[in-house]
Amino acid sequence: MYPSRFRYESPKTVEEAIRLLSEAGGEAKILAGGQSLIPMMKLRFAAPQTLVDINGIAGLDHLDFADDGSIRIGALCRHATLEQSAELKVRQPTMAAAAKLVADPIVRNRGTLVGSLCHADPQGDWAAVMVALNGQLVAQGPSGRRTIPVTNLVRGPFQTTLAPDEIGVEAIVPAPAGVPNGGYLKLERRIGDFATVAVAVALDMEVGSVTRAGIGLAAVGSQTINATEAAATLEGGRLTKDRIVAAAEAAAAVAKPRSDHRGSADYKRHMVRTFVSRILIGVASSIEKVA
Amino acid sequence: MTSLFEEVTPTGSGDIPVTRITLTLNGVSRTVDVEPRLLLAHLIRQGFKLTGTHTGCDTTNCGACTVLVDGTPVKSCTMLAVQADGHDVTTVEGLAGPSELHPIQEGFKDEHGLQCGFCTPGMMMTAKALLDRNPDPTEDEIRWALSGNLCRCTGYQNIVKAVLWAATKIQSQADGGGEG
Repeated sequence: MYPSRFRYESPKTVEEAIRLLSEAGGEAKILAGGQSLIPMMKLRFAAPQTLVDINGIAGLDHLDFADDGSIRIGALCRHATLEQSAELKVRQPTMAAAAKLVADPIVRNRGTLVGSLCHADPQGDWAAVMVALNGQLVAQGPSGRRTIPVTNLVRGPFQTTLAPDEIGVEAIVPAPAGVPNGGYLKLERRIGDFATVAVAVALDMEVGSVTRAGIGLAAVGSQTINATEAAATLEGGRLTKDRIVAAAEAAAAVAKPRSDHRGSADYKRHMVRTFVSRILIGVASSIEKVA
Repeated sequence: MTSLFEEVTPTGSGDIPVTRITLTLNGVSRTVDVEPRLLLAHLIRQGFKLTGTHTGCDTTNCGACTVLVDGTPVKSCTMLAVQADGHDVTTVEGLAGPSELHPIQEGFKDEHGLQCGFCTPGMMMTAKALLDRNPDPTEDEIRWALSGNLCRCTGYQNIVKAVLWAATKIQSQADGGGEG
């Protein structure tokens, strides 16, 4: 399979890339890892007139851990870099848990977190994680940079609020309000398949008590779901059995899965409940071990 | 296929827009004019006539087309040939010379790590990158590393054994054992 013809551009700076996007008038796509875009172009689901390959732009492949606890992930930081980062395991366990479950090991060598966010696939792993973490996307356009909360980034399946001449240059995970904990679980038929159900839980904790919670759900709706009520049931207290059950029920209640070849809607909703409680029980028992 | 790529010749290649790229393929510098939509897998197979790299699913699932780009496994059906400009590409043909076998190839032979053989080149390239990074992997680490390469014949058991065999062989060579 071949993509349809396109004009190929390989800019050396973000500014040059933005100029190319402006000139293309909405008929251009940005090529970062290409692990979703190239298959879509081969299947002719996407047929951009211009392809702006940003892989030649220096300074976009960073994974920076700031002193205040925030994390910055550049547009060319590959999933594999996140997976192999020992520091990420300590600094952001939810992200570390997700990094090794994105697609398959070979795809992870090319694909990027920022690209995954901008692709806005409802089954995407990183959007669920970033929603749970209150993450942000930094977009750069002709008039400069702006920061978009990931919860405001997605308009619908494969649609974002980015302008055609804006590039997602980095993602930001804000500093935690306590010790970060959490997890990511994904049900898939085999490695590399799209998620049947995936759940991200991010907790900030202080002496066994949850100071902030976030829960993101992937593949159980037409876009990533931010389970705010479920997260709120966890905040301001310890991870008791009652709270865990309540959070799992609330998360399952906001899931909007559809029956398909990967499973029935009931099954998927049940898996949301199971995954939320499984992650929380895991966190609770790891805290008990330490204490 | 000749409308999509053309080895550089003094006459040029007509009115199809092309981009000139130079890559290192199995240690040799090659310069070609390619249409930007040409996939790396097709440049390797139809352009350079290196048919060891297989295209299986053509949808980024199976990993049969895996090659090493700067030492890292990449599905060559999901990378444009123009993106290989300035990079180092290794295919299964680059593992060993024409009259010899790389220890990974020997391992697949000795441990019956293949039946139909279609997935084998991709398996071996992924295994090569694993052993370069981690010369003494556990069985779990091998299964994890190979989880992006699908095999429909073997059930993977002998593939894992083949990689373990190769790891042992490479280590014994490095230790100066030279028993193979």
